Amino acid sequence: MMNYAADPPHDTLTPAVHADDLTVSRGTRTVLHHLRFTVPRGQITGLLGPSGCGKSTLMRSIVGTQAKVTGTLDVLGQPAGHPTLRSRIGYVTQAPSVYDDLTVRQNLEYFAAILDPGLPHARKRSRGAAPAAERRHQHVTQAIADVDLTSHADVLAGNLSGGQRNRVSLAVALLGAPDLLVLDEPTVGLDPVLRRDLWNLFHDLATTRGTTLLVSSHVMDEAERCHRLLLMREGEILADDTPDALRTRTGTETVEAAFLRLVDEAAAANRPKESNR
Amino acid sequence: MSTTSTTSTTSAPSPAAAPSALNAARTAATAARVLRQLRHDPRTIALLILIPCLMLILLRYVFDASPRTFDNIGASLLGIFPLITMFLVTSIATLRERTSGTLERLLAMPIGKADVIAGYALAFGALAIVQSALATGLAVWFLGLDVTGSAWLLLLVALLDALLGTALGLFVSAFAASEFQAVQFMPAVIFPQLLLCGLFTPRSDMHPALEAVSDALPMSYAVDGMNEVLHHTDMTATFVRDVLIVAGCALLVLGLGAATLRRRTA
Repeated sequence: MMNYAADPPHDTLTPAVHADDLTVSRGTRTVLHHLRFTVPRGQITGLLGPSGCGKSTLMRSIVGTQAKVTGTLDVLGQPAGHPTLRSRIGYVTQAPSVYDDLTVRQNLEYFAAILDPGLPHARKRSRGAAPAAERRHQHVTQAIADVDLTSHADVLAGNLSGGQRNRVSLAVALLGAPDLLVLDEPTVGLDPVLRRDLWNLFHDLATTRGTTLLVSSHVMDEAERCHRLLLMREGEILADDTPDALRTRTGTETVEAAFLRLVDEAAAANRPKESNR
Repeated sequence: MSTTSTTSTTSAPSPAAAPSALNAARTAATAARVLRQLRHDPRTIALLILIPCLMLILLRYVFDASPRTFDNIGASLLGIFPLITMFLVTSIATLRERTSGTLERLLAMPIGKADVIAGYALAFGALAIVQSALATGLAVWFLGLDVTGSAWLLLLVALLDALLGTALGLFVSAFAASEFQAVQFMPAVIFPQLLLCGLFTPRSDMHPALEAVSDALPMSYAVDGMNEVLHHTDMTATFVRDVLIVAGCALLVLGLGAATLRRRTA
């Protein structure tokens, strides 16, 4: 269905993200404490936890926009923030980062030109590939269709609803067929139908293109749609497992119940330590 | 900033190498995007272009009885208007880019900081050409501004002033956390230069300390350059010096502006 120019190299040896002793501080506060986890390739990994637990900071660290990151953090086999990663990662921030005074299509055209510069008619024609402008147009149209905004392509982003602007932001991240998609709460404010459609798109990207997705959410029912889960709380990772394994391990029915069980267990384990201070 | 070889655009579809070097296609795309944003805001364009013209007309009739005064102040203002308006527009536009998250998104992509800065400078430079051409043309042909030198040289200085305004605006936007603060940088950065640039009184009449300060401020040379064109038929050595200083300052501040763009933030 999707007509992408080239298949990404399927390097299954190294994980998409590998963190060891990852610590991040903002100001004087330590936001992430000695995290250790891996995100496998070609799967959807859910990053779940209450708001303020450090999900966004972790995502910014992976994308390479977070300062004061210490420890090991390798992304697609390179240290996070490496220049070669910039065209291989698609990133959606929690608040939609698009130009409100441009239309949906103009927003995407601009970011497409940054990802795939090259003069409109120059180069590659001799080798039979589409010239840059055509290729960009194709990617832009595809990305708009992927997020179901074709009917709004020529509307100013500032005139769209919050959920629609979120989807424009997502469409920008889909441009250039990145190997890793880092999505910070992409389904906030969307109705159930659109949420289902987007999750179908995420699964499609993972299965047909081998894209790795790291999706954060604080809605636990979305956890059931992920291949793997990272449960976070207060800057630490409580669990790194599949949804099934989590439920089995904790003897619970839902991921939400499993999360609560793990939080209680962690609190119980911490209590004697804290009283010693 | 590392100046690794400028990747020729004949390589792979997504050349991720040398992101710090200036890439013509990405710079042009950024400039086009900034202009497209402006096009959706016709009121701003109208204000930008009409206000300098209206002010010149106003000035012409304020000094109705003394056309010599109009010549002096009018020529200086032709250099000062583009500086002020471009300063304001750029500082707000880049502040928006910083606060909306689009700058963070851009810098997570394979774009060089120089591409972002040069894109803005190109777009606002183009706007400044229109603004300065209209204001200069109006002053020289309709308001009887009496210039000894070439009107083209007036335009050149006006353009460099606009570039300087763009550069200063880009730079100070890094220190403003909100639009309120950005607007307040206008009196902080521009007014002292306005007072000391020789518009109100010749710089040689000022207190020596202030004269020394005015020697260090770029707007002094902008106004000085305008006055050189006003009084001399040829390009004088002083004019060349003034133009070089204003251009050099603009480039320096643009470089400083690029340094304030951070790929990693707290």
